[in-house]
Amino acid sequence: MKGLFNYRELILASILLVGIAAIGAYQPAFLRWGNISDMLTETSVLFMMALAQMVVILTRGIDLSVAANLALSGMLAALVSQYYPEIPLVLMILTGVVCGLILGLFNGLLIAFLGIPPIVMTLGTLAIFRGLIIIIAGGDQVNASEMGAAFQAFPKQIFLGLASPVWIAIAVSLLFWIFLNYTRAGRGLYAVGGNPVAARYCGIDQRRQELLAYVISGAVAGLCGYLWVARYGVAYSEIASGYELTVIAACVIGGVSIGGGVGSVAGTLLGALFLGIVMTALPVLQISPFWQMAISGAVILAAVVINARAERRPDKLILPEARRLRRV
Amino acid sequence: MNMDTPVPPVDRYIVLDAPPRRLRDVLLRWEVILVILLVATIVVNTIVSPYFLDVFNLADATFNFSEKAIIALAMALLILVREIDLSVAAIVALAAMGIGYAAEAGFGPVGLFATGIGIGLLCGAFNGMLVTWFSLPSIVVTIGTMSLFRGITQVILGDQAKTKYPQEFLDLGQSYFIKMKETGISWLFVPPVPLSFLIFLVLAVLFGLVLHKTAVGRQLFAIGSNPVAARFSGIPVDKLRFLLFVVSGMLSGLAGALLTARLGSMRSNIGVGWELDIVTMVILGGVSIAGGVGSILGVVLAVLVLGLVTFGMSLNNIPGQVVSVYIGALLIAVIAIPRILDKVRVRPIR
Repeated sequence: MKGLFNYRELILASILLVGIAAIGAYQPAFLRWGNISDMLTETSVLFMMALAQMVVILTRGIDLSVAANLALSGMLAALVSQYYPEIPLVLMILTGVVCGLILGLFNGLLIAFLGIPPIVMTLGTLAIFRGLIIIIAGGDQVNASEMGAAFQAFPKQIFLGLASPVWIAIAVSLLFWIFLNYTRAGRGLYAVGGNPVAARYCGIDQRRQELLAYVISGAVAGLCGYLWVARYGVAYSEIASGYELTVIAACVIGGVSIGGGVGSVAGTLLGALFLGIVMTALPVLQISPFWQMAISGAVILAAVVINARAERRPDKLILPEARRLRRV
Repeated sequence: MNMDTPVPPVDRYIVLDAPPRRLRDVLLRWEVILVILLVATIVVNTIVSPYFLDVFNLADATFNFSEKAIIALAMALLILVREIDLSVAAIVALAAMGIGYAAEAGFGPVGLFATGIGIGLLCGAFNGMLVTWFSLPSIVVTIGTMSLFRGITQVILGDQAKTKYPQEFLDLGQSYFIKMKETGISWLFVPPVPLSFLIFLVLAVLFGLVLHKTAVGRQLFAIGSNPVAARFSGIPVDKLRFLLFVVSGMLSGLAGALLTARLGSMRSNIGVGWELDIVTMVILGGVSIAGGVGSILGVVLAVLVLGLVTFGMSLNNIPGQVVSVYIGALLIAVIAIPRILDKVRVRPIR
């Protein structure tokens, strides 16, 4: 268990627990299983998206196209459900995942093999993916009545008290945990982000690691695209608009360093949970939902300040600020 | 001195002169590529639509991108020194809200513009302080302040809108600042120029002079190329970076004032998503995200290319999101194609 949580994450976890307890003391309804289960369902997409984003940030990259990828993959899955309602559900979900994976592959190939800066590449594909939704759907949206019944029913199914997206998020989180801690490729992601030169000397292929990170990010976005569209019962070009920044915020709160090489599954999940709680607790506390954005902003800033203090090392230099400049 | 015996090198290192510029170097300059793109855009649009080359249409087209373009100038300097400001659109919203309240309190146009720029200044100083004092990566800080600034706007404004503004203020945003003046000769005339575009042009000249003709400009390039070396050379790195965030905030506030005057109303979602449009302008303008490379001329050309492409496509009833496919592809293509050429080209062994 020592590897599962570090000191920082324990602090974050205790802040979360205290927060939940305080909200519960004020409004006991918040602690009812139904509410907690709803909150987890609502946050399940963010859990998975944040983990996938973490994998990219570990390699010193960033993927701004995830929300657009989610929307495009979700639209494609919805269109398949609309026009081929007879094919099995698994294939529909697979459509979303494969679509997302191919979009991620496109990002990864150009970033890893042409050396295009990730922020530029994914900014470009963000615009392209959003536009493609309009093109493939002919400018229309797919409504709940046009999607298949099974397509929409799956995310609402409850097993053992939790909805299926939560179980999927748990399974995905476990996979990420095993992958990042116990596989060669997973450790390679940390190595490439932590010190690319040392990683190269160890025989780790940086380009393959980067490609892998963006493919993973894309595939997860595709899966989440299906879940999003099926759960909310509508697919159109603007779904999850701006969500990429929420996902990155979850990573930052969870202690993932934007400079690469630092981040854990547990921390990222806690960061996503934090945002999930903020979103669901406000209505319970009868605070206007307009507070949500301001609170997330303040939390992100607090988290980066705390992270930066934790990372500071007490060594001496001629010009102390010069070392930090190098890290930029 | 005997000219026949070669003089042995005294230094350990031999620094060669830069090789002379060849035609290819000039043609492959980013600005030249952008000029070609700009000409191509104008030619294609003129052929496709007879309404494209109309002075009034073109003047109206500038309304749609001038506010973003003003912010892009500051963003270019930030990206040049390896920073980024993703909170600009949120500052636009916060400034626009302040202007809304100031207008209700009876401020005149000058006071309203000052309010916007002042709020922007405070926001920019907050960003700059977090980035320099706490030494935090600006991309994370400005994602945070983006949420914070827009969040404050949402908290204060809720689902309300601000719609009461003095007429003189609205006139500044909605009419041409310089009116059309014809002379006797048909091709010689003063074109109509909206205030926002005029401000953009003036600021572009100013930024260009500062960046390319002053010591401070050279210092910015130095910071972008190597912040540590720049610091050791005595350049006040943090002071300059702080200043750039303040400038970015002020220009965002100014853009917020222009946008409010043009729209005549504001809601908390005003300018959503602008930050990415602005970053696109800057990167297409040839400013390297790795820092140390870029020119104001490039950014201005990129602004014009993007603006005219969008305008031309909207003339032909192409929906905005399809335009964004084109712009995204353009962004990737201009960066990818030189790299592909570089890989394919067989270099002679030296």
